[in-house]
Amino acid sequence: MLTVGLTQYLVLAAFLFCCGLFVMTTKRNAVGILIGVELVLNAACLNLVAFSRYRVGTIDGQIAALFIIVLAAAEAAVAIAIFVNYYRMLATIDADKGDELRG
Amino acid sequence: MSGEALAFYLVAALAAGSALGCVIATNIVRMAMCLLGTLGAVALLYFLLSANFLAVIQLVVYAGGTLILIVFGIMVTSRTYGEKLKPRTSEALIGTIVVLALFAGLVAILLRAPWTPVAPTEPSNSVAQIGQELLGTYLVPFELASVLLLAVMIGAAYLAQPAKKE
Amino acid sequence: MGSILRKVAFPIFLVGVAAIIGIAWAPALLCGTVDSIRDDLGTWYKWDLRGERPTLTVGNIRQYLEGSIEGQFAPAAHVRFGHSTAVAFAYVLWPLQFRITRDVLAVVGVVGFVSLFAMFAIWWERKVAARMQSRLGPMRVGGWHGWAQSLADGLKLLQKEDIFIEGADRPLFRMAAYVAFVPALGLFIALPFSAAWIARDLDVGLIFIFAMFGVGVLGVLIAGWASNNKWSMFGAMREACQMISYEIPLGFALLVPVMTVGTLRLTTIGDLQSGGFQTWLGFRNPFLLAAALIFFVATLASCKRAPFDLPEAESELVAGFHTEYSGFRWALFFFAEYAEMFAAGALAAILFFGAWYSPLPAAWGESWRHGPLWQQALHGVVFSGPLWLIGKGIFFVYVQMWLRWTLPRIRLDQVMYACVQVMLPLAMLVLLANTFWEWLVPNRSVLGMAANAVCTAVGAVVVLAIIGISIYGFVNRRRLVGTLAVKHLPGA
Repeated sequence: MLTVGLTQYLVLAAFLFCCGLFVMTTKRNAVGILIGVELVLNAACLNLVAFSRYRVGTIDGQIAALFIIVLAAAEAAVAIAIFVNYYRMLATIDADKGDELRG
Repeated sequence: MSGEALAFYLVAALAAGSALGCVIATNIVRMAMCLLGTLGAVALLYFLLSANFLAVIQLVVYAGGTLILIVFGIMVTSRTYGEKLKPRTSEALIGTIVVLALFAGLVAILLRAPWTPVAPTEPSNSVAQIGQELLGTYLVPFELASVLLLAVMIGAAYLAQPAKKE
Repeated sequence: MGSILRKVAFPIFLVGVAAIIGIAWAPALLCGTVDSIRDDLGTWYKWDLRGERPTLTVGNIRQYLEGSIEGQFAPAAHVRFGHSTAVAFAYVLWPLQFRITRDVLAVVGVVGFVSLFAMFAIWWERKVAARMQSRLGPMRVGGWHGWAQSLADGLKLLQKEDIFIEGADRPLFRMAAYVAFVPALGLFIALPFSAAWIARDLDVGLIFIFAMFGVGVLGVLIAGWASNNKWSMFGAMREACQMISYEIPLGFALLVPVMTVGTLRLTTIGDLQSGGFQTWLGFRNPFLLAAALIFFVATLASCKRAPFDLPEAESELVAGFHTEYSGFRWALFFFAEYAEMFAAGALAAILFFGAWYSPLPAAWGESWRHGPLWQQALHGVVFSGPLWLIGKGIFFVYVQMWLRWTLPRIRLDQVMYACVQVMLPLAMLVLLANTFWEWLVPNRSVLGMAANAVCTAVGAVVVLAIIGISIYGFVNRRRLVGTLAVKHLPGA
């Protein structure tokens, strides 16, 4: 426990993943769901970088994390655009209210 | 306890605390602030893992770009100031049970997995090395990501246009 | 009494500046002493200095200072202290060998520098604004040209009532001020004041500073939101929009010297400009000069300075995003703004205009660097040192203030037009042109050196013109219109 190894990073990443999963599944605000997605992606990136540092030795994990960050930014942009449209149509950001196929 | 271990535990506490704050908060802007805390803590963890370039890119793109986009989205789509959208109690209960079970399972696997204790390899990751990998081994994903970003820019700009008044 | 104070005010000011320089320099000298003691003892006791550094005990240091180490050990240039002096000095030197003490000292130094600079800049801005508007500015507080105005303002703000809006989110209201202020301090960790005066020499220092500029935007956004005030929110959203848009040409302009030099480490970029005026990176080819101008304009927008100060548009939105802030929280936003202004100026100096080197080549004063203390001080003033970087930073801050009080404010749609349709294509063209230039034109060729000479000449003409006009204005200050060189007001 005194020296920090791979296990500590993986446990922390698992904790972040579980928090993100809970946020994704239970929040009703659509932007809250997006925040949950960001938490999950961060946990995955942390996992990749920790493995790359402690087990693999090359920087492939960091390259993968770099791509994840770029793609997460792109995905957040499209998601916010969708939420803005959703709000315009239904006048609420509650994800549970979008249950009609018309509109 | 060495300085590095102490730093790791402090930063990990910050990350875990911010993630819990995201879970517990009912106000959406407080959730965004807790996400800022998590992103900052993860950037510090990247610094501890000797991934300097990745840490600053996380700060620039994630904390200084994506999070601002999220806060803009919150401001545009919030109906009343300080509106609270609480999840239904049954959903929250089932969610908590499932997530706790998942976490327990993950931790059990992680603590028992036979990672051969490999000594941490010498961090020789300079920015130049990342650049060479991106333009060498990972050239095709790199170009595909740039095409994807172009598509995302055009798509988001089109989607967020003001509604045409008929 | 007033006339006596006025006569001694300027000498007191000079003594104060010298004291501050001494307080800043002394820890660096003591750290150097501890390092040399460790190296000497390491060679004598044959410690393995390549691995984990062994800790010096107080006894070790005391014996070294007294000269009472057993054996024939006689370090060169050694001053022997008496026993009690050696004990006292050893206790002072012992904590300085640890990394964490040096880090704490660096943070204290950074916070002190930012506070002092912010106070000075607030006073100076009011004087500059006044002179440009043909009036005098603060003249009363403290006697000589109101030099204590900032202190008085600070004391006033500290004792003001902390007002909270009804219905506003209190923790968010508090946190917004901190989130805006902490990155502005944090970027000084990676900002070098000289090759050795840097808190952490990050190998990605440039992007770290860029990141801190970006995270500061969030504080302003949350400040506008947490005020529960429609106008604050408008100000915040306009400001965030402007700051983020201008980060793109800023990034492109930062890429140009990075491509020329090939590293992100700020100390390396600075050290490459040590050969004199013509080796400064901004004068290497015309594209770097253009990149310097684009960088400067983009940081103007990033620091919300006029002509881009729509977020603080005093005539339109009361005070923009910080309308509802009072007392010291409001001052925090301004400290952050002045810190960012200085950082932008210092970054422009490091990247393009010679970093901490003077226009004279540093090689001419090489022998002075290892001489006695007064020679080192002279080297710092004449050839290279933190004073040069601070001076250049202050010069660029002056240019920012000059632009603020001269140019009119531009509208938000004009701001966005200028960013996306003018500066972004320009920045991309400069980057592309510099790529081709670096690829096709070697440094020592005729074309390269001719471009260097032309740009150096342009730069020299501008600098000499500024100096000349300033001297002319100072010499003729009683004769020229609008300078208002008057005697002090009664009662001052």
